[in-house]
Amino acid sequence: MSAEAMTLFSPELAARFDALVERYPVRRSALIPMLLYAQDEVGYLSDAVIDEVARRIGITPLDVRNVATYYSMLRFVPAGRYNIQVCTNISCMLRGGYRIFEQFQERLGIGHKGVTADGVFSLEEVECIGACCWAPAIQVNYDFHDELTEEQVDAILDEYRSRSQKAGSR
Amino acid sequence: MPRLVSHPDEVKIVTRRFGMGASKIDRYLELDGYASARKALAEGSDWIINEMKASGLRGRGGAGFPTGMKWSFVPKQSAKPKYVLVNGDESEPGTCKDHLIFLHDPHAVIEGTIIAGLAIGAKMGFIYLRGEYRYLIENVERAVAEAYERGFLGRNIFGSETEFQVIVQSGAGAYEVGEESALMESLEGKRGVPRIKPPFPAVVGLYGGPTVINNAETIATVPHVLAMGGAAYAAVGSERNGGTRLFGLSGHIARPGVYELPMGYSLRKMIYEVGGGVRGGRKLKAVVPGGSSTPVLLPEEIDIGMDFDQVGKAGSMLGSGGVVVIDDQTCMVEFALRTIKFYQHESCGWCIPCREGTDWLKKSLTRFHAGFGTEKDIDNIQYLAENMMGRTFCPLGDAAAMPTLGFVKKFRKEFEDHLHGKPCPYAHHPEVELV
Amino acid sequence: MADVTFTVDGKKLTAPAGTLLIEACRKAGIEIPAFCYYPGLSLQAACRMCVVRQEKVPKLQTACTTPVAEGQVFITDSPEIAQARKATLQLLLGNHPLDCPVCDAGGECELQDMTFKYGAGESLYAEAKQHREEQQWSPVVYFDRPRCILCYRCVRMCGEGMDVWALGIQNRGVSAVIAPNGGDHLDCEQCGMCIDVCPVGALTSGTYRYKSRPWEMNHVSTVCTHCGDGCKVTLGVRRADDGMEIVRADNRDKSGINGDFLCAKGRFGFDFVHAKDRLTRPLVRNAAGVLEPTTWEKAIRLVAQKFGEAVQAGDGQIGVIGSPRITNEENYLLQKFARTVLRTQHIDHERTADYPTFSRMLAGAEDRAASHREIAAAPAILVLGGNPTEEHPLLAWSLRTNFRLNHARLYLANTQSIRLERQARQALRIPDYDALVRFLAGEDAAMAHVAGAAEFREALLAEESLVVVAGAEYRGASLAALMRWGLCRTGVKFALLSDFANARGAADMGIYPDLLPGYLPLTGDQPLHGEYAGMPASSGLDMTAMVEAATTGVLKALYVVGSDPVSALGVAEGALRRSFVVVEDCFLTATAAQADVVLPAASLYEKTGTVTSCYGDIQMVRKAADVAGVKPDFEIVVRLAGAMGVDVRKLVPFGQSTGVRADMGQSRGAQAGEADRHAVWLTANGLEPRLSPFDPLATLDEVERLVPSYRLDRLNLFAGNETASAPGAGFVPLDSLLGRKDGVVATHPGLFRSGELGRQTETLQKLQAYQEGFHSAAAAD
Ligand SMILES: Cc1cc2nc3c(=O)[nH]c(=O)nc-3n(C[C@H](O)[C@H](O)[C@H](O)COP(=O)(O)O)c2cc1C
Ligand code: SF4
Ligand code: FES
Repeated sequence: MSAEAMTLFSPELAARFDALVERYPVRRSALIPMLLYAQDEVGYLSDAVIDEVARRIGITPLDVRNVATYYSMLRFVPAGRYNIQVCTNISCMLRGGYRIFEQFQERLGIGHKGVTADGVFSLEEVECIGACCWAPAIQVNYDFHDELTEEQVDAILDEYRSRSQKAGSR
Repeated sequence: MPRLVSHPDEVKIVTRRFGMGASKIDRYLELDGYASARKALAEGSDWIINEMKASGLRGRGGAGFPTGMKWSFVPKQSAKPKYVLVNGDESEPGTCKDHLIFLHDPHAVIEGTIIAGLAIGAKMGFIYLRGEYRYLIENVERAVAEAYERGFLGRNIFGSETEFQVIVQSGAGAYEVGEESALMESLEGKRGVPRIKPPFPAVVGLYGGPTVINNAETIATVPHVLAMGGAAYAAVGSERNGGTRLFGLSGHIARPGVYELPMGYSLRKMIYEVGGGVRGGRKLKAVVPGGSSTPVLLPEEIDIGMDFDQVGKAGSMLGSGGVVVIDDQTCMVEFALRTIKFYQHESCGWCIPCREGTDWLKKSLTRFHAGFGTEKDIDNIQYLAENMMGRTFCPLGDAAAMPTLGFVKKFRKEFEDHLHGKPCPYAHHPEVELV
Repeated sequence: MADVTFTVDGKKLTAPAGTLLIEACRKAGIEIPAFCYYPGLSLQAACRMCVVRQEKVPKLQTACTTPVAEGQVFITDSPEIAQARKATLQLLLGNHPLDCPVCDAGGECELQDMTFKYGAGESLYAEAKQHREEQQWSPVVYFDRPRCILCYRCVRMCGEGMDVWALGIQNRGVSAVIAPNGGDHLDCEQCGMCIDVCPVGALTSGTYRYKSRPWEMNHVSTVCTHCGDGCKVTLGVRRADDGMEIVRADNRDKSGINGDFLCAKGRFGFDFVHAKDRLTRPLVRNAAGVLEPTTWEKAIRLVAQKFGEAVQAGDGQIGVIGSPRITNEENYLLQKFARTVLRTQHIDHERTADYPTFSRMLAGAEDRAASHREIAAAPAILVLGGNPTEEHPLLAWSLRTNFRLNHARLYLANTQSIRLERQARQALRIPDYDALVRFLAGEDAAMAHVAGAAEFREALLAEESLVVVAGAEYRGASLAALMRWGLCRTGVKFALLSDFANARGAADMGIYPDLLPGYLPLTGDQPLHGEYAGMPASSGLDMTAMVEAATTGVLKALYVVGSDPVSALGVAEGALRRSFVVVEDCFLTATAAQADVVLPAASLYEKTGTVTSCYGDIQMVRKAADVAGVKPDFEIVVRLAGAMGVDVRKLVPFGQSTGVRADMGQSRGAQAGEADRHAVWLTANGLEPRLSPFDPLATLDEVERLVPSYRLDRLNLFAGNETASAPGAGFVPLDSLLGRKDGVVATHPGLFRSGELGRQTETLQKLQAYQEGFHSAAAAD
């Protein structure tokens, strides 16, 4: 069983990984970015992903898990295709972050860390995302949406829903 | 795209190229880019460090340590390779200045990194950005690729015999990783737990080699310092606080945004003139002057110059330059709760006082704000915070305890009011969820 | 490092520069509390209990990470410091379940003790505690997460100490948790070291949990009965219906050669003592050919009569097989009984290493034998053959620790890959062990095709001092050649590995058909010969020959003590019918099943005496458990001798007062302590009158008098420490020993396997099956 034959990674991801590990003075330095990229591709860090990353870096799966569970962006269960992360930290809170969060909850019918039944959306209340001066702010996957108003919530949901449909029908 | 703001009082040094397309290398070069790096290469290490010392530039990451001095601590001779590590983890609530630098002027960071490398004799630099900043990571990576293409990075930078490599690294969500030794751990592919100090990074750092760690804004300032000359840069700021810094005005401020103002600029003016005062003409209740870990200041305490020493004298800290303005309709207990909730979430869990203290404070404040508090809780909260101060493994414990003490001491009456006007006499926001 | 002087609480202290303050204070008797600090493991500074004030430093400092330097001034006890520690405890207790009354660690919990000391008794905490169900991670390891205080001792012990790395830390902040490598279970060596170092009751032992309270037990420090490494083990014993029951084994007493260490066998492999199949009554084969319970009286009388008849028929009619698991005194007595009473030289034991050659080579060079402590501190060690991680867990531990803390240089040569290679400076894969010796001695062609051989030899020759640890692969001529190579160089010492708890002792005590105690030849001019007047002069049969002679009826009787030759040699059922077979053992072994008389013996945990580790470290074993019905082999031999009408005084030198008389009356009443101390001193100096023929120490006196390599440091021995034997001492090298058949059969024990006792230990069986489960599953993947 060669590593190639067993891989869960797409050829691009595998190539990215191979390039990454070689750049650092120590292979292991690639671990954290790699986990994030693998999660972007697979959706979450399944046991199989963890085993594969461990094997590619040359450390134990336990060691990978020790590290992965430390970082809050990494997850071990699937999220929705679009993960809505609402900041409610102080600067956002002062400008209505909680109201935005509530609105997403109402519209999607899910709470913190929930996933919609169709798997399109998931919702998370997150800590400061570095957009304090443009509060309230959210991130949908990696995209920022700044200076949100309550009216924009529906528009954002519609936009991603239609993107999802397009992606789904492809 | 985050909005750029402007005010006549601003002194645009670091933000000079913002909004001018400088993230593309050609534009950056048109705007005098990489001239400082070339000069640094020609003049050498001692010159760079002297200029940096003369500039009075103090670290923009929070602690305000003089940058020139930090660089001079790195031993000249070292058996292990030396490294430059740029801290772009920017996670302190209220802070989003590095965000703009990475967006508008990534080459300034790269250039600053090269200069730091030349100053200490490093051949490799890392620019670590928090994982949430994916679009900025891509922007910086693209800029790095451009710099490699031009030969500004690589085996022979600017056609010299000097080598310098830059790697852009992504985090994955952890405030504590902003602490310099935890940052190194993270970069080594480990849990973001800080290291025992001493040894300090300047002696034993990344991969065991001497390492200089600076905030992204500090590093982005470096090329400008060398271009202006250290003394000219120092002259812009206040005593022992050289130059300008990026202040992020947020919260209940009329014109939020990131403004570049000279060190020592009046906080009152910053709020009322630069920021346009409290939003909706409301009254000011409190200001958090330097990111969520700095103790609040009351309206009567804002007649101070915003530099490390003056804010320190006022009993708070300049921190990360994130100024959070709070109006008179805000519940300070809720604000305290939201602050501590963050530190509870971000505590790495290594040491007892921080791990247990932040959790205990969060639970107590949650219950208290929900209307189930007692008189004794107020004392307990203060007791806990006092007993975390100075006792934790790294400053995160202090970062949680300090503001808490500020809230309890300066707003004790609001806490007491919660006991009478249950649940929250100031409630304007939906409740923070109960755990 | 040079010594520095510094001040702690007004006292001037001196320590080598760089010593950690916490260690310097502890040595000076200044107690500094700590959870996360553990000597020898990496520093954490996580618990913040050890905070002290250092002059001119703004914050409290952690003593566990502060190296001392000249002129420093510290305060370790002040209201400020007490408050800091109290607050830390209060914080810790906030989320700690106060289930001390049912917690296994209750009574020996560091958190309890510190809470008591710093008075963090009242609770400020009004919030709900985090609750999690207890988890079973393996048959022997349980984890109660809420009790965990996250000191990371277990994680470090498993990783740094054991090099197993089966424990990790997951999540962060208050959700941080210790996690096992299997997700919800542990796939590891099951050594239980994590349980040992846990300062609270978060990690508990599957064999001990909810069984007892620490104060209900007596704690008896003795030596592990499994492998030849000689770990000190503390047995927790409690009164039971049929005697004294062992409820746990651990390593509270860290003074042994094993320091912190104990493996799965030492920690969990004690339940054979109370196994259901344990023999507790003598058995005699009745007319119907069935083994039937009887009384000790009848059984002894019968054996004495049969042995007597055989002796009447002439010399050499009886075969005697000794044991690598009984004490030195018992083996000594057994061979003396065989040679002087049974009048036979047919005496042997299951040999697992060639100690006769080892000792012969060391004749006149006694200082060339390495004790375990010497190996553990040696700057360079060459290990040849075997897999210490599996077969000599303590040796592996000591080598790893020596590497980790002292940067010891470890050289390995093996025919296959072993785990210790991770710590080795160089590991050589060799095709054959003889060739290696020839190569070391300069014959280049012997290893012409072995990669790295030249560098390996060069590195070894560059070492100024070296300990050579040889596995059972080396014996006879190859062992002699290896030792000859080392002996011509200065600074080279040797150790020879063997399998069972007292294999070395059995060899030292002369359980050989051709060698007397101390490897002395049968003929010659030694004091021993005078004492053994009348013993047959020519060599006897070895074990294999004896068993064969018993099958053919050439031997009239076979006396087997603590050994199972039928299994070891694959003897057919009923084959021993033609001779009178007596077996002394704890279990009905295959040999016992063929015996005419079976005598239920006490195990090593139920008797007193000495044993010798494979490194020659002599240690006391002490009676801990008590199983009704069984008797120590020592007592059985004495009773047999008595029943045969022998003057027991000739066998056991008891009652031969050396002239000093203790006032035994003082051992009661107000002066009791005085008299006890007096008695200890007398015992230690070999002056105490041995009042009973059943006192094994009387035999130890004789061993010390007659066996040259057993000149003991008695005070040390009786104080519970080990004392080194001196192989080769007083030994006259004789050519007659050259070319002697070594008869060694290595048994290669595993982490959970250890002969008959291992088989009878339910916990070890369970662990063996549990671990095999993973590995067969992995192989099937
Ligand atoms: C808990 C904690 C979080 C921190 N987070 C950051 C951060 O996000 N960015 C940063 O530049 N410095 C952060 N710092 C400060 C760094 O430890 C370090 O002092 C700084 O990067 C040094 O750079 P400077 O000298 O340029 O300020 C943090 C410190 C602590 C204790
Ligand atoms: S290493 Fe050997 S002596 Fe030590 S505990 Fe294990 S089996 Fe017993
Ligand atoms: S022993 Fe020093 S912090 Fe735990």
